[in-house]
Formats: sequence, structure tokens, C-alpha cells
Amino acid sequence: MVVSRKLLFLLGPVAGIVMFIAVVWMATVFVGRNEYKDPYRAPAATADSTPRAEGVAAEKDEAEKKAQEKPYAEAEYRRFPVVGSRVAIWAVAQLHLLFAAFVLAVPIFAFIIEAIGYKTGDPRYDRLAHEFSRLLSVSFSLTATFGAFLTFMLIILYPKFTNYLMSVFSPTFLPYVLLFFAEAFFLYTYYYGWGKFHPLVHLGLGLGLNVVGTGIMMIANSWLTFMMSPSGVSSKGALISLTDAIYNYTWMPINVHRFIANIAFGGSIAAAYAAVKFLQAETDEERAHYDWMGYIGNFVAISAFLPLPFAGYWLAKEIYAYSQTLGLTMMGGAFSWLFIIQAVLIGNLFLAANYYLWLGMGRVEGAQPFQRFVKYLLAAIVLCFMIWATPRSIIATVSEVRAMGGSAHPVLGFLGVMSAKNTAVNILILTTFMSFLLYRRTGKVASVTWAKTGHALQLSIFAAAAFVVIFLGVYGYFVEASVRIGLSVPQVGAVLLAMVSITAIDIFLFRKPRNTGAVRWGRIPAISQYVLIFIAVTFTWLMGLMGYVRSGLRQHWHVYGIIRDNSPDAFTPTLGFATEVVSVTVLAFFLLIGFVFWIASLHDRPDFERGQSL
Amino acid sequence: MNILVVLAVVAAFGLLRFGRVSLLVWAGAWWVGIYVLLRFGFTAPIPASVVSLYMGIVSIAILAYVSSSQERRDEISRPLVRFMTDKRYTAFLAATVVAIPALAAANVYVQMNVPLQPPLFSRTVHPASPSEITVHDKKIDLDAGENPFRHLEASSPTEFRTHVENGRKVYYRNCVFCHGDNLAGNGMFVHGLDPIPTNFTDKGTLPMLRETFLFWRIAKGGPGLPEEGGPWDTAMPAWEKFLKEEEMWEAILFLYDSTGQRPRAKEEAAK
Repeated sequence: MVVSRKLLFLLGPVAGIVMFIAVVWMATVFVGRNEYKDPYRAPAATADSTPRAEGVAAEKDEAEKKAQEKPYAEAEYRRFPVVGSRVAIWAVAQLHLLFAAFVLAVPIFAFIIEAIGYKTGDPRYDRLAHEFSRLLSVSFSLTATFGAFLTFMLIILYPKFTNYLMSVFSPTFLPYVLLFFAEAFFLYTYYYGWGKFHPLVHLGLGLGLNVVGTGIMMIANSWLTFMMSPSGVSSKGALISLTDAIYNYTWMPINVHRFIANIAFGGSIAAAYAAVKFLQAETDEERAHYDWMGYIGNFVAISAFLPLPFAGYWLAKEIYAYSQTLGLTMMGGAFSWLFIIQAVLIGNLFLAANYYLWLGMGRVEGAQPFQRFVKYLLAAIVLCFMIWATPRSIIATVSEVRAMGGSAHPVLGFLGVMSAKNTAVNILILTTFMSFLLYRRTGKVASVTWAKTGHALQLSIFAAAAFVVIFLGVYGYFVEASVRIGLSVPQVGAVLLAMVSITAIDIFLFRKPRNTGAVRWGRIPAISQYVLIFIAVTFTWLMGLMGYVRSGLRQHWHVYGIIRDNSPDAFTPTLGFATEVVSVTVLAFFLLIGFVFWIASLHDRPDFERGQSL
Repeated sequence: MNILVVLAVVAAFGLLRFGRVSLLVWAGAWWVGIYVLLRFGFTAPIPASVVSLYMGIVSIAILAYVSSSQERRDEISRPLVRFMTDKRYTAFLAATVVAIPALAAANVYVQMNVPLQPPLFSRTVHPASPSEITVHDKKIDLDAGENPFRHLEASSPTEFRTHVENGRKVYYRNCVFCHGDNLAGNGMFVHGLDPIPTNFTDKGTLPMLRETFLFWRIAKGGPGLPEEGGPWDTAMPAWEKFLKEEEMWEAILFLYDSTGQRPRAKEEAAK
């Protein structure tokens, strides 16, 4: 009998599970033999009658009576088995958030791509947007399921605290549910109505989906930001103003930060999806399509990623404004090392994004001349990366501290503060933008008469922006902290202005370019696709890590300064433990997202026919 | 900086720039050069943890560079493939196979063969303060509070100077033994302390903190440090047991005045 490969594929894990159970069972039997066993006793009937039986019955009656008289008491906390309540709620909340981010990100991504397709008339964009929106319905169900799971977990494990949140925010719950209905309406009409309406009507549905989704996110954000920076309540927690409770210090910064991060996240997941498909592709056409899809996904992700650090700075500034204690806990205290991990991850993201662009030059004929700039770009990236990752509080042995002359290094100490780090991140952004511009120049030459002047002008703007950023960075060392924080605005302004003006010049410069080499989509080494997967995983991990920082900052408070956490979990876990929980959650998310991809791919499979093997 | 080391590394990089070396040699030389610069190029040595962090970044960057185009990938892999497949290099290959674990073993030996030191603790410079403390039965709001004498700086400079002078006396009667007569954390007791006292002249310390934070650290000392983010093994006494509240505020005025630094201002919310 010929056994099909699929059957064998199924039998493998089943056999593994059976063998595992058998081993556990045998081990139990063997261990059980050596365990203590009660010696033989004569049956109760043959033993002398004692008052024991009556005593046991009396005890039972008393216990029953006590149980009947027991008054109802509301539980403050309940314990989740094995991992404890905090880890359980942490993992579920994180998974819910990742899926929610994904469900908000996909429509934003699909809407942008569809709009580009409508504007340019290129059907590839429409196909890409449609292909990606296939992931929506399953993800939407999973998000809602995790949302319900989280709500139940909150009610079960933290009933008193959940009750308090309900009492403050009860008027927001009905609008939340109504928006969810609207989200379902727009989502399914958007997906199933693809190609059935006029493109503008369909784009309108996409816009509606995004507006409603953002509304849902903003309502949920008000609950969690209230926990961190409560306002609109008395010092005992009584509600004074719902508007103030919603519009608390960190609400708007979180809204903006999450909205931008969702675009980056959606783009990176789209690129990772394309990368997996590219690696599985069997024909050149497929490879070309998925290479292009990965490029577009990554482009959207990195474009949204560039302004993200600034939104983060705004959030951090508002946290300081709300409470010096929270600010210090975050940047100088127990959580400061997580920002070094964050710097390493973001530095790697920048490096990976640039590396992908450099590898991408290989798919364009005649791109070799641009390769010579790579080493200078790399040097700038490495320098900025090193500055950003320099810790202010260095891990050092006693002898090293003595050799340095203090806990801060006399030279590196200057790099561990905000002036240096702000400057580094701005230069990193400029460098990445330059890599992108170089990539744009591969395979074409500007043919306008003022091409030379245009290039010189662009270079001058670059140099001016870099000068402003570095000058303000150095100036920051000579002014007090509040002024220094204010300097980040002109630094960011200079970078954004440079990016906008250079892009504007570039559009006119390459209006009708002379082509010197064709873009051969699909002709890119496989390593580039792993870079795309790396970017998606790193994004997700960063979201988990920084989410932990934001939530963990409250330390032993449910609502900071108002409702104290009296549960056994009211302590700050070690950095190692926190990163392990984040890693496991991210792994679970990718397993689930893999499941979503698999379900979406069933759409393209041929129907099962009778007589076909399994 | 150790100028000689820096010059030697720069000269080596210069030679690489003008000499025709293969990409493999170039990559290896840059890796070694940067390591030498970080390890021996600074007068105050960089701690091993930071060197590891930097070298990790440099390693990734060099790998990214040598694999960023088809030509570079070919150029870097060609000598490696030749080394592993060409019969001429069999003896060298065998030596390499032996050398790799031997180097790993030597590294273990070097790592272990160090004088005994107290265990390594990662600690943060600024612990998180509570939002309110009680000193001499008076509640001090650390988030919203201010130094009660700071406003005199503008309204009554003479009175302000008097408080600074009082602070100077408090400092030189109590703090100088650990924090030093030039406020650089190098007092006469410093050799017996681990961690060593805060260096107030460091531009990354006082300007980063608000005066209420310093007040908390002075009043409550080591015993008042929070449990989160320990271990806080510091010898700083709780000065509230020895000083009046005014004296502690005055000492803070002196610290900023003497070092020419300004305290961190309270952030204003954007909303």
C-alpha cells in the first residue's frame, strides 16, 4: 500500500505525542513502585468499632454548617495556576494588542497601496492590497477572541480593580461596542466588495474602516493611559471628570505613537509575508511578484518608522511632565537598561533597512557605481548606532569603575545622555534616507537641464540638515535639561524639512529620466528575504518590550498613585524574566500569524476531489 | 586618549586605504583596529561590557558590508573556499581546525585567570524616588515641590548667597569626606567605598535631576532606597538624622552653585 506523504506528515507528530505519553506513563509506573504505600489494614467491618466514624460524621456536619453560614465576600484577586496572574494577563494582553495592531495596520497598509494603485493605474498595487486584505477576517476574529479572553481574565483575576475601571469608564463601553459593529461592517464590505464597486467608493469603505479602527484604538488607549497617568479623579479615585480621565497626559502621545507604529508594523508583516512566499516560490514570475511586494511592504514600514522615535520622545516628555518619579524610573532607574536593549534593536533595524536597500541595488542593471558609497553610509550608521547604544549607567567591575574615576566614563559619559542620542538618531534617519535616494538613482539618470544644480542643491540641504542636527546636539551640553529637551524639536524639524524638500526636488529631477538599466524583480539574494523577516520579528519584539516598559513603570500600582496593587505579583520582575515573557509571547504571535497566513492561502488551493490522495 | 595607539591604528587604516589588500584582510584588519582602539586607545579604559557591545555592532556591520553585493560576496568567499578546498593548504586547514578550539580554551583560561573581585552588579545611577516623603514630620512633595530657597535667586540675591554659604558650610562639615573637596567624588574615604560616591562635577548627573530628587537622596540616604532595581549597596547615610531640613536644601543650593550647573526644570505638559 502506498502511503501518501501528507499522511506520513500527520503520523509523525501523532506518533511523537503517543511516544511521549508512553514515556511519561512508564516513568510514573517505575517511580510509583518505590513510593511509600500504606501497610495492609483489616477491612473496617472486621476492626473493633471505635468512635472515629461518629467523629468524622460530626466534623462533616460542622463543616457543612459553617459553609452554609459563610457570608459572601468579594474577592480582590484570584490566582492563575503555575505562571501566576501577572504573567497570564501580560501574555494575553500582549497577544491581543499585537493582533489589534495587525488588524488596524492591514487596512491602513491596504488603503495606502490601493490609493497608490488608483492614482498610478498600476494593477499590481490593487492585487497586492487585495492579497493582503485576505488576512483581515481571520485576524479580526482572533483579535476579538483575545479581547474577550483578556476581559474574562481581568474579571477573574483582578475583579476589584476591573470593577473600578468599569466604574470610571462605563460611559465609553457602549460607543466602543458600537464602533466594533461599524468596524465589522466596513471590514467585511471592504474585503468582499473588492472590485464590485467604483474604486472611489471602495476607497471610501477603506477610509471608513481606518477611521473606525482608529476610534476603537483611541477609546482603548484612554483606559490604559489612565492607569499610567490618571487625571479627572480625586486622590481617593472618585470620578470628577470623565473628559479629563480620557484626555489624560499620555493619551494623545500614545494615540499618535501607536498609529504610526501600526503602519510600520503592518508594512513589516506584509514584507515578511512576501519574503516567506518568495522563498517558497517556484517560478520567476512568483519571485518577481513577491520581491516587489516585499520591497513595497518594507518601504511603507521604514517610511513610517522614521518619525516614530520623535513620537516616542513626545510620550516620554509627557511622562516626565506627569511625574518626575515615573520619568526617572523609566530613564534612570530600574527600566533604563531596557532602553539600551531598545537602542540595540532599533540600531539593528536601521542597519537591516539599509542593508536591504544595498542588496536591492543588485537587482538593477548598472548599479555598481553606487556601491562605492556603501562603506561611508555604513560608517555613519555604525557610529550613530554605537552612540545610541552607549549606556549612561555602565556595567563595570569595581576595578573598572576605579580606573574610570567614577560610575560614568569621562569620554563615553558624554554619549550616554540625550543630546548625543538625539543627534545620533537624527543622523541615522538622514543616512537611511540617503541610502533610499541612492537606491532610487540606480538604473536611471536625470535628464533635466538643471540636473547638476539639482543634485548640488540636494547635497547642500543634506549637509545643512546634518550641520543643524550636530550643532544643536553639541549646544545641548551647555544648557539645562528643559532647554535641551526643547532642542529636539528643531533637530527633528531640520531632518523632516530636509527629507520633504529633497524628495520634492527628486520628483522633478527624475520626472523623465534616461534609463540606464532595467529593474530585474526577483533577482535578489535569499538573504535579503531573511532580512525582511528579521525586521518584522524585531518590530514585534520591540512592541512587546516597550509595551512592558510603559505598563511596568507603574510598579506596585494598578492606577498610578491611586489604586495600589496588593496582589502577590506587585513587584518588578528582572529584565531577563521580562524579556523571556516578551519572547514567548512574540513566538506565540508568529505561530498564530503563520496560522492566519495558512488559512488565507487555502483560498488559492484547488478544490478537493474524490479519489484524490490525502 | 592614548595618542600613540590612536596614531598607530590610523596609520594602519591609511596603509589599508592605499595598499591593495583583499576584502577578507581589509575586513579582519578593520575589526582588529577598532578593537585595539576601544581597548587601548582611551586613557580611562572602557569597561569590558561596553567593548563587547561595540564590537558586536562592528561585527554585524562588517558582515553586512562584505555581503552587501554580489562582487563583495564573491571576493570574500573566494579565498575562504580556496583555503578549505585547495590541497596546498591542507596543513594550514588542519592547524586552523586545532587552533579554533585551542583559542576558545585559551580565552576561557584568560577569562578565569583574573584576580578575585567582588561580584559584578549592574546598577542604575538614578533610582526612582517616591512621589512624597516625610522628613522631620513634614510631608515633602517630590513631584510638585521646589527648593524653598530657589526663588530667592531672582527676588533677593543677597539672601540667596547667604543660603549658598550656609550650604557650603554644611557640605564641608559633612559631605567632603566622601564626595571630596572639589566635589568630584574623590574624598579621603573613597578607597573604602564601593560603589564610589557621586561625582557632582559630572555634567551628566546634577543637571539631569530636580532638586527634590537630591533632597530625597540626601534625607533618606542608602537606607531609604527603593527595593526595585537593587542592589543598592551604598554607604550614603540618611542625613535627616543629622541635619535640619533647611540645611539639606542649602547644601543642594551649594552643589549647583559650586559646580556652575542648573537643576532640571519641571516639565510642562503639552496638553
